[in-house]
Amino acid sequence: MRAIPVLCLLLASVASHAETPQQIGQSYAAEAAARQAGFAPSAKRGETLFRQRFAHNDKMPACTSCHTDNPLNAGQHVATGKAIRPLAVAANGERLADQAKVEKWFGRNCKEVVGRACTPGEKADFVAFMSEVR
Amino acid sequence: MKRIVLTLLLAVALPALADRLPLPADTPASYAAECGSCHLAYPPALLAAHDWRRVMAGLDNHFGSDAAVDGKKGAEIKSFLERHAGNAAKLGSAGDPPRISTTARFVRKHHEVPAKLWHDPRVKSAANCEACHRGAANGNYSEHDLALPGLKR
Repeated sequence: MRAIPVLCLLLASVASHAETPQQIGQSYAAEAAARQAGFAPSAKRGETLFRQRFAHNDKMPACTSCHTDNPLNAGQHVATGKAIRPLAVAANGERLADQAKVEKWFGRNCKEVVGRACTPGEKADFVAFMSEVR
Repeated sequence: MKRIVLTLLLAVALPALADRLPLPADTPASYAAECGSCHLAYPPALLAAHDWRRVMAGLDNHFGSDAAVDGKKGAEIKSFLERHAGNAAKLGSAGDPPRISTTARFVRKHHEVPAKLWHDPRVKSAANCEACHRGAANGNYSEHDLALPGLKR
């Protein structure tokens, strides 16, 4: 019996080819709630994470190193100089539209900037911020 | 007379052709997605096959970044790069780790670029082709279509 919710979650995470920022946010929030009862995503916490400076990578200490202080603005890769389109959904409708892509970039960027994998809760918060920021 | 015109036309056209490096028609979507996010999806002809193999073997530490690609996509990208790689003898050594900007061909083509331009905040790095070559994403590397005023000839 206890296995059923776990199975449902597993199925949800395997089958979720989410296509809206809301679906992607909900998927991370569900994962976070499974670890921490009562978890609710917070755009405010997401913003804090976005601006936080980590002592891991001198060249890119924070998300803002490449994405600028304002996620509505285009950024520039700090090492290669390549232009980066805005992270905020309000400024770039292609953001948060493909769960696998979102997960890939959390994987790469959390490792590179934060120095560890981000938690599902952090991802849910970050997605909430990028979905809501205007 | 006709021959002179033809020769002249060829002389004008050939250098222009050499500056055209569009991505091959069979470029897999994974190449743009995996290799074209942090930097331009470089034309595969700019490195020799053995250098591309070294790049692909070291993606987990790719100039300080983890750019690892999953197995299926990695194999697809590697075979694409090998298929369209440049002529090793003409390119010259790419160094260790291999860099396009270290090859003799790249150095020769950019010898007149003033050192300070490479460090211009709009350029940042030799990896940033598009800072000067506005049409690089479409394969246009012509020296007559450069973005930065300091580079105009």
